[in-house]
Amino acid sequence: MTPAQPAGRPAGDLVSPAENTWCPGCGNFSIEHMMKSAIAELSEEEGIPIENFVLLGGIGCHGKLVDYLNVNSFYGIHGRSVPAATGIRLANPDLKVICHVGDGDIYAEGLDHLLFAAKRNSDITVVVHDNRVYGLTTGQYTPTSPTGFRGRSTPGGITEHPLNPLEVMLAAGATHIARGYTRKVQHLKGLFKEAIMHRGFSLIDVLQICATYFNLTDYYNEHAYEMKEGETSRFESALGKIREWDYDREAPIPLGTFYSVDKPIYEEKFRALTADRPDRRALVRKVIEEWR
Amino acid sequence: MAEYSILIGGKAGEGINTAGLSIAGLFSRLGYRTYMYFDYPSLIRGGHNFAIIRASEKAIGAHRTPADVLLAFDQNSIENHRESIHGGTTVVHDASQVVRGEGYGLPLDAIVKEEKAPPITKNSAMLGALARVAGVGRDVLEDVLRESVPAKHLEANLRVAGRGYDAVEGVFTVEPLDGPALPVLTGNEVAGLGLVHGGLDSYVAYPMTPTSSLLHFLANRAEDLSIRVIHPENEISVIMMALGLAYAGERAAVGTAGGGFCLMTEGLSLAGMSEIPVTIVVGQRPGPSTGIPTYTAQTDLHFVLNAGQGEFPRLVVAPGDLAETYSWSATALALSWKYQVPSIILTDKTLAEGACSFDLGAVAMHPDRKPEIWDGTGEYRRYARTKSGVSPLTFPGRAGTIVKANSYAHDEAGFTTEAAGEVTALQEKMLRKGESLKEELSTYPTVRTYGARDAGRTIVCWGSEKWACIEAAEEFGARVVQPLVLAPFPARAWKEAMIGAGNVVCVENNATGQLARLLRQQGFDPGRSVLKYDGRPFAVDELAARLKEVIA
Repeated sequence: MTPAQPAGRPAGDLVSPAENTWCPGCGNFSIEHMMKSAIAELSEEEGIPIENFVLLGGIGCHGKLVDYLNVNSFYGIHGRSVPAATGIRLANPDLKVICHVGDGDIYAEGLDHLLFAAKRNSDITVVVHDNRVYGLTTGQYTPTSPTGFRGRSTPGGITEHPLNPLEVMLAAGATHIARGYTRKVQHLKGLFKEAIMHRGFSLIDVLQICATYFNLTDYYNEHAYEMKEGETSRFESALGKIREWDYDREAPIPLGTFYSVDKPIYEEKFRALTADRPDRRALVRKVIEEWR
Repeated sequence: MAEYSILIGGKAGEGINTAGLSIAGLFSRLGYRTYMYFDYPSLIRGGHNFAIIRASEKAIGAHRTPADVLLAFDQNSIENHRESIHGGTTVVHDASQVVRGEGYGLPLDAIVKEEKAPPITKNSAMLGALARVAGVGRDVLEDVLRESVPAKHLEANLRVAGRGYDAVEGVFTVEPLDGPALPVLTGNEVAGLGLVHGGLDSYVAYPMTPTSSLLHFLANRAEDLSIRVIHPENEISVIMMALGLAYAGERAAVGTAGGGFCLMTEGLSLAGMSEIPVTIVVGQRPGPSTGIPTYTAQTDLHFVLNAGQGEFPRLVVAPGDLAETYSWSATALALSWKYQVPSIILTDKTLAEGACSFDLGAVAMHPDRKPEIWDGTGEYRRYARTKSGVSPLTFPGRAGTIVKANSYAHDEAGFTTEAAGEVTALQEKMLRKGESLKEELSTYPTVRTYGARDAGRTIVCWGSEKWACIEAAEEFGARVVQPLVLAPFPARAWKEAMIGAGNVVCVENNATGQLARLLRQQGFDPGRSVLKYDGRPFAVDELAARLKEVIA
């Protein structure tokens, strides 16, 4: 037998040879590099083999991230990463399943799946690249664009208010809710590691700069602040903190973990059924022989 | 030849389906082959439900119109079925409901009141009456009830059944046969068992008639079969969960009807491109749109053949009875994994919810096929371009290996590419899998024939119309030819089967002749179409009359 390889791997090895096509200054770079570091560090610190991480990508600029990392990936379709992630976690409980999704991708196209994954406390992590604009389809409003946003499909400006996705997630039953910002990379990496290690459904809404279509760097730099670490297990206080900024009004923008509680994990209730692999053909024969 | 038809009717919520299955169980116990057609509107209470149970010495899979016994819980059950009543029909009715009754009237309200039994036991009174009319011993009746009624309700059911038995007289005698007492299963139940035989780990579905009962059956039997059964928020989630399961190494199947399949088509195309296996049971019902939800049709053939954007190979099978449903469900799953293509099992309400005697021992199974698993040499490439087009599989979690699945055009490692050469090579690799699948299928019974080759007249049909056609064909001395595989179309087997076909008629449960269209696309003459599109399957006698117009 060959000696066991150490589970960790230098973060640099995780970058794939795929050509990077994000715009210069794109917030996705921060997310990519912090996710890469988070995986490398968790592998080292927690002894999780690199091959046990699975990344899912939706469709949008964010999705390219899964091509750029040498990690297992399921580069799927628009808005549908979350149920695929649940399927992957169901099949193999050892896997750390991380969905990279966009704000248009998951808050518009795939919101139903997000709500239900939170409701059932599926043991997956959802990282929303929330640049509050469609980038790859060149500049339309998304569910988190502020009132008045002028996009290519709404040149007169939108009259509706944005969703506060964190409030939606709290109401749906998410057991771990956080917000990060692509200009606070070390903080972001910490949020990633914490969410990945959370047992149950975790969501991080990452305020991400879109250098080309919606550059809010100055706005975020001015308003964003890191919350002090404290109590995160109370629904009411989490709700209050989540409502401090509604993605619309000018207000301080808290960053960090709002809510984190332990609840039974959806996938675990199925484990007993398929724990061992019995001869199912014999089981079929038995069902038919004892038919009533 | 001994054969019997029993019609039982009443309002929804009165347990007509269960009563019908008990009647089938009674004949099964006597060694007969049974078939049950169940007809019900889309509502929970009221309306008119009926079941036609046919029992025969030989294997059957269709109903006939004339009834030997009609069991009526209400006036509609007599009035709506005048065409089934003839001189030899014995009518037994609930005298508490039926005003203009004929035959034997059973005061069911009074009987259940006197026996202090719940209203649902009225079904047992009818079963008791049927047993007596058919000359079946009280011991057999009681055995059937013991096998089908939960213990805590058994005594009440036995008492009420006895009252029904005593209230009528013997009219004819069903002689017991030497045959085995076969279990009576629905197409959905057999599809589920076939999938498990084929290696199923997880079944994922959102309820939709006519495949809801497949979800219910597997959910109820999940522990017995050691499988996982999941009901997510919608059909999009259903197919995505299945693809996630399969990407991580578990064999998953999903079930739906046309409307739910509409929602799955983007996931179907993803399965095609990412080469993730998935098996989809599509139970047809009449559309367009909501249509007539609880009735039957063969209207989604071209939909399943063509669904999903882009060009990718798929396997589409259309079983015609329980034995074919069992073997082809297993095979659809296994071949989906061997060739990493989506497979579709196309059923309809008639097959999915109809019940029939099932003889597992007589099912001709196809050879076992296993997926190609990566041998671990060199660096793993998920989409390695091989001669067969099939890239060996491995799954996330394998040490030192990265598995990249992709919905974009991709290179061999799974990275997105838009390069012309790569895109061409990828498309050709996918199509090679289709050719390999077609080659493999050349050794399977993809086209079945019944009757003599020199008949000079041939009835072509597919799916659940198989048995009505076989029986009707016997009256004309015609041959029947049935394709089991619709994609990739077994052109060589079809050509061989149709040698000397003579006068050809194509029987289908749709308005436009969908199999006929497929045959023309493949360069074959489908003959004249005999179509029915009222949501009901052909009765044997009805089909024979229609055929007489075109081939007699």
